[in-house]
Amino acid sequence: MPDRQPPLHVLLLPTCLVDTFRPSVGLNTAELLERAGCTVHVADQLSCCGQPAYNAGERATATAIAQTVLQTCERYDYVVIPSGSCAGMLRTHYPRLFADDAAWSPRALAVAAKTFELTQFLHDVLRVTLTPSAMAPCTTTYHDSCSGLRELSVHAQPRALLAQVDGITLRENAATEVCCGFGGLFCIKYPDVSTRMVDNKCDAVEATGADLLLGGDLGCLLNIAGRLSRRGATLQVRHIAEVLNGDLHSAPILAPEDRS
Amino acid sequence: MSAAVSDASFAARRQAALGDADLRDALGNIQTHLVEGRRRALADVPQFDALRDEASRIKTHALDHLDIYLEQFAAAVTTAGGHVHWADTGADAKAIIQTLCESVQARAIVKGKSMVSEEIELSSFLEAQGYQVVETDLGEYIIQLREDRPSHIVAPAVHLKRGHYADAFRAHHTALPPDRDIAEPEQLLAEARAILREKFLGADVGITGANFLVAETGSAVVVTNEGNADLAMTLPKVHIVLATLEKVVPTLDDALTLVRVLARSATGQAISAYTTVVSAPGKDTAVAGPEQFHVVLLNNGRTDLLQGRERPMLKCIRCGACMNHCPVYGAIGGHAYGWVYPGPMGSVLSPTLDGRAAHRELPHASTFCGRCDSVCPVRIPLTSLLRGLRDEQSATGLAAPWPRRWLRLWGWMVLRPRLYRTVVSLGARWVRIGTSGRLRRLPFLRGWFDSRDLPAPAAQSFRSLWAARQAGRGTPS
Repeated sequence: MPDRQPPLHVLLLPTCLVDTFRPSVGLNTAELLERAGCTVHVADQLSCCGQPAYNAGERATATAIAQTVLQTCERYDYVVIPSGSCAGMLRTHYPRLFADDAAWSPRALAVAAKTFELTQFLHDVLRVTLTPSAMAPCTTTYHDSCSGLRELSVHAQPRALLAQVDGITLRENAATEVCCGFGGLFCIKYPDVSTRMVDNKCDAVEATGADLLLGGDLGCLLNIAGRLSRRGATLQVRHIAEVLNGDLHSAPILAPEDRS
Repeated sequence: MSAAVSDASFAARRQAALGDADLRDALGNIQTHLVEGRRRALADVPQFDALRDEASRIKTHALDHLDIYLEQFAAAVTTAGGHVHWADTGADAKAIIQTLCESVQARAIVKGKSMVSEEIELSSFLEAQGYQVVETDLGEYIIQLREDRPSHIVAPAVHLKRGHYADAFRAHHTALPPDRDIAEPEQLLAEARAILREKFLGADVGITGANFLVAETGSAVVVTNEGNADLAMTLPKVHIVLATLEKVVPTLDDALTLVRVLARSATGQAISAYTTVVSAPGKDTAVAGPEQFHVVLLNNGRTDLLQGRERPMLKCIRCGACMNHCPVYGAIGGHAYGWVYPGPMGSVLSPTLDGRAAHRELPHASTFCGRCDSVCPVRIPLTSLLRGLRDEQSATGLAAPWPRRWLRLWGWMVLRPRLYRTVVSLGARWVRIGTSGRLRRLPFLRGWFDSRDLPAPAAQSFRSLWAARQAGRGTPS
């Protein structure tokens, strides 16, 4: 455990997609953190980290948003995000965005140092032992989101945490490290290319014979589940926070049984 | 825009590529052969990341002192009895090469594989001047027969299948019996070898590229797997090396360090089958080989790159690992990129070397998945360079206006959280009307809904659920 005294005050950034499409990810994230002894806060004044603008080359917009995010994050011991993409924005890209700004650069670096993707925080910082949860035996495959994997080196953490959940057998898919084709605005701008990419991903996921696909980024999961749903697949898709917290009450993303 | 650029729009090129079933099979081969090959090759070199650091350091150092090393290289070539020709543009290089060919009354020219020659469209130029030009790399040869274009910088014919080779051979090797059996790769290879051997023996001039130019020795380092470049540079009486300025490195040791990362990154080999160090013949006339050794040092935009934000791109050693690992290249192949350099490196090079407006879309055709950055043997920050090009487009107004306007409006709202939340919540409520939880189509986001469903927005957002939860507990959020 690092130098801070419990209870740790953790700011949970729920991400725009979780807030709108999958609140259960945010609630389960909060419960996981609380059970590990953290006091969880959600900031009313924050909605997005600014990544869409940053990736589109709209630096002024991204900078203005990032400054409000940094001002808020500075008040907490840690910032935890159930997304490798948004966590990567704060940890990797905010320091780059302010690299030439003498006033903001140290602030960006300070916030970057205390910002973590959820599984990274649970495993590397809190070193949690999960409360055993009853889960019907199932075979799972995992999708590593690109930002989590390559910007934050999140790879072992979700797997180590899943190993603590009874009933889960992990069967890796051949394309686990390959982009699913979401890419934020990319999937809207180049839907044809994005569709081929997500089809390649779906093929690899289905080839494992797994019942459940897990991942740590709702953007990727909406993309893959959206395509699986259109393909009429029976595979379930969930965010890892739900499984780690033993919450299987909410239906999977675009639950196969509703697919008509 | 150069003539090598397909006239079709990026959208049309993508559509053609995505509809090509043969191409999809061929691109699958890149995964099984090149990506897996690299992975296996790296398993034998635990210090590969340190080797990448060293390779990156060598290229960065060479670029930082490019003028010094180029002069040293030119002096060493001259001392050894060779000739150096400086060319600012592609047209200059072609004129120099034409003059050299005229000076020896050449008629037949054999070529080793060279992306720089593709960049300046050397072969078609020389053919138009009446020379017989033969590409001798098997992939380039089939491309030439088919009047096609390379789709990959290492494996130019990766988009073709075996049947394409047999068809092209039957169509062009008309002196051979039409009913011969060339179904197997070995048979195709034997036929190509027999045909090309005659071309080598009859050629007056051999033109090759160079993977590296060595300043201390005045040598060119050329790597191939077919040995064709070796024949092209030894059998004809004149050898012309065509290379761009950034190929120069200080020492032979440096070049060999780069060869170690190049072969592993490109094809998963510890070393290419043929790694040749070639210099001017010197005064020892007993040594067999060409009588004349010329190096055409081409700028073609490199000095502009050197001074710009894309300078790290000049470190590129043309291994192709970025495209092999790129999921976008894996979906659309090389031709869809529209110029000679495809994949992530091409998405940086095409706008910077061949026109920012002509290749406006390429910097956006990336999910920023970062796999290219993670495999580049000289640590070029490809996604950062692409992001820089997007920033520049936005700043100069080259970017498409509508996405920019929407993003600015969206950003303005994000900075007004209460307004933003109201708009999102009203939008969510409207979208939910009459749905069962699964959206199949909306009047917007057409690209998404063409192939994907979307869950309806939740009845209550996380924030409202959280506020209710905290209120129930008597704790503020």
